[in-house]
Amino acid sequence: MDEIAAEIEPLIPSLRRYARALLHDRDAADDLVQSTLERALTRWRLRRPGGDLRAWLFTIERNLYLDQRRRAVRRGPAVDLDSRGPFTDGAAGPERSLIARDALARLGDLPEDQRSLLLLIGVEELSYEQAARVFDVPVGTIMSRLSRAREALRHSVEAGRTTVLRRVK
Amino acid sequence: MTARRPLSEDDLQAYVDGRLEAARRAEVEAYLESDAEAARRIAGQIADRDDLRARLAAVAAEPIPARLSIAHLRSERRAFAGQRFGAIAAALAFLLIGGAGGWLASERWHRTPTILAAAPVADAAMVAWRTYAVEVAHPVEVSADQEAHLVKWLSRRLGRKLTAPKLDALGLKLIGGRLLPATSGPAAQFMYEDAQGRRVTVYVRPGGDAEPSAFRFERTGELAAFSWIDAKLSYAVVAQTDRDHLLGIARAIYQQYEAL
Repeated sequence: MDEIAAEIEPLIPSLRRYARALLHDRDAADDLVQSTLERALTRWRLRRPGGDLRAWLFTIERNLYLDQRRRAVRRGPAVDLDSRGPFTDGAAGPERSLIARDALARLGDLPEDQRSLLLLIGVEELSYEQAARVFDVPVGTIMSRLSRAREALRHSVEAGRTTVLRRVK
Repeated sequence: MTARRPLSEDDLQAYVDGRLEAARRAEVEAYLESDAEAARRIAGQIADRDDLRARLAAVAAEPIPARLSIAHLRSERRAFAGQRFGAIAAALAFLLIGGAGGWLASERWHRTPTILAAAPVADAAMVAWRTYAVEVAHPVEVSADQEAHLVKWLSRRLGRKLTAPKLDALGLKLIGGRLLPATSGPAAQFMYEDAQGRRVTVYVRPGGDAEPSAFRFERTGELAAFSWIDAKLSYAVVAQTDRDHLLGIARAIYQQYEAL
């Protein structure tokens, strides 16, 4: 039975990192990871034999995240689970946001599909095929979305900069 | 000399990700040297990716909190067995209730709302239960003694491979099934009976392109339903029973369809 732990546990740091990038808040992110792991354990025997464990776990995690967002939206603006607040790791000083917003902050400007795509491919290093499985689209679609998402993130730099300049003036 | 495949945006993206084989990478590099604008764009994309990685590196290096250890989660799962699952399902059911309006505002990019597709299936299944489960003379169209024919017929009409779930282990005997009209085409109903003659129905219909959803619980008066979407089929199991009992049945059905 420890073989399940042996398979899943090496992937937990990745699942936590993705969750943290989506949710910013440490506890909320770990809640998401916990739900992901619980669901994975519930469905362990239902997983396709020989299937890709990483792609499977990220699919579960992302779907749970999306469920959670829909729920939050329905409850009203008071519960903003997806706040674009500062990423609190102590590295970002208060002036940081005024100078140049780092990629993580700018990522918050993008829609969820683009954020997840950039995180799963760029940071978690999923293959394009694995990403296609997570998003349930053909690999070709992943490639064109990836290009668009990276452009969007770039544009977000420029947009961010102009606002900052205006504010500083 | 073999004809070279022209460079594409896909190659540039694979270059950003460092996933090109050496020969192709050299071609991309040569191209970028010749086009300053493209070089600037790609360098920016690489810088963004590196920035994201650097900002998030610390998270992956943190020790994993105890509550996320698999051993811990497994022992907890054993302790709470179905109860815990029931609580999660109930919470999800509660949370999924609500209009689609808010949902539509939530995603710019997203596909068909699962919630919209999931909500009516329980209603339709409950209506069908009320119509046929109380029926004494003709509860089903095709009875269980012709199960193979029933399953084949319903599969053909729904255009999907169905099965009459085996629920004998839960004390439920298949009586038979019938074809029902639904808004988007035909639906199938399988009917079961326990030793006391209480009836449970399993309602299945094509669920469009909706994504798999969690179990959703609903109760109207005495009647309870669990519904879910999986592999592009919408399911609802309906009975006059309590939630935990029904959840056990729903899980059994879910697993049998997953195994199809």
